[in-house]
Amino acid sequence: MSAGPRLLEVRKNVLKQNDVIARALRERFRAEGTFVVSLVSSPGAGKTAFLEKTLTLVRKNYRVAALVGDLATENDAIRLARSGAPVKQITTGTLCHLEAAMVERALADWEIGPLDFLFIENVGNLVCPASYDLGENLRVVLLSVTEGEDKPLKYPTIFNSADVAVITKMDLCEAVECDEGVMRANIQAVRPGMRCFALSAKIGAGVEEYFRFLEQLAGCAVRGTALGG
Amino acid sequence: MHELSIAMSIVDSALEEAERRDVTIDAVHLEIGLLSGVVADALLFSYEMACSGTPLEGSKLVIREVPIEVYCAACESPRILSSMQWFCCPVCGAPTSDVIHGKELAITALEVRDERRTAAAGSS
Repeated sequence: MSAGPRLLEVRKNVLKQNDVIARALRERFRAEGTFVVSLVSSPGAGKTAFLEKTLTLVRKNYRVAALVGDLATENDAIRLARSGAPVKQITTGTLCHLEAAMVERALADWEIGPLDFLFIENVGNLVCPASYDLGENLRVVLLSVTEGEDKPLKYPTIFNSADVAVITKMDLCEAVECDEGVMRANIQAVRPGMRCFALSAKIGAGVEEYFRFLEQLAGCAVRGTALGG
Repeated sequence: MHELSIAMSIVDSALEEAERRDVTIDAVHLEIGLLSGVVADALLFSYEMACSGTPLEGSKLVIREVPIEVYCAACESPRILSSMQWFCCPVCGAPTSDVIHGKELAITALEVRDERRTAAAGSS
């Protein structure tokens, strides 16, 4: 008999494989001068309507495309294609989140040329996408006024992993008696200093401000690359 | 529920290590931060499934949860958060987003034996 059990110290990041791919993607996006925004929210928070509006606006002055993740159906891609921007659906089957490898695969056989902006709509889920880096520059978490003011307190992890919060469906705010101030305070409680926008993709209110913010951020990012602004 | 795919990554990583060092693994020690987005109970449950049919079948997953530690600029000191609903310094109350610990998701140690199991899926 050989010696009994012993403890071997190792240090291995469980999501290392995802992180390696995400880092490579981020490097590639930076080199190509593409600013990448990912969207996360619960199902039905209005990601697709918001993205459709964003694509329509961004497309006027920039080269833009979108990847959309869903468990099944091409519905979102079809809907988003109305904006005129190239859109590709990633169907994940039973997987509840996007991983960096899926983004890599989706881009590999997609000939769309250079882009200024790429939007990635994650699967509707406020839990799992938090753990996976997709190589994006900016992670936007959406929550609609119909979901209740305390959503950030219930899902602090995803809010903490995101860079910006967007309150959607503001046109319904009064009807559902949502207190925007409380919602904003709850976002600040789980992520102090987080930039927050409130808008309605349906009537267009507030979208312009968000768009200008993106433009400004992306401008900075592009200036930082070898390609120059 | 993405714990099953996390569990499968753990099994892959651990098996790779076992192969490389030519050992049998009895247990995998894991660190999970409270902000990692992974639930310990769900992971324990998934781990068993992920191990089944592999040389790790019958091995244990030992989880250590890592609390959320933030840096308070006002106190100039690291602090452990008492609630993940309130990112404020527990001493002075200043809000802070500067997370030092709590996002960990890492294998930290393996309990191993030098003899190899003969069958791929050893029964216990």
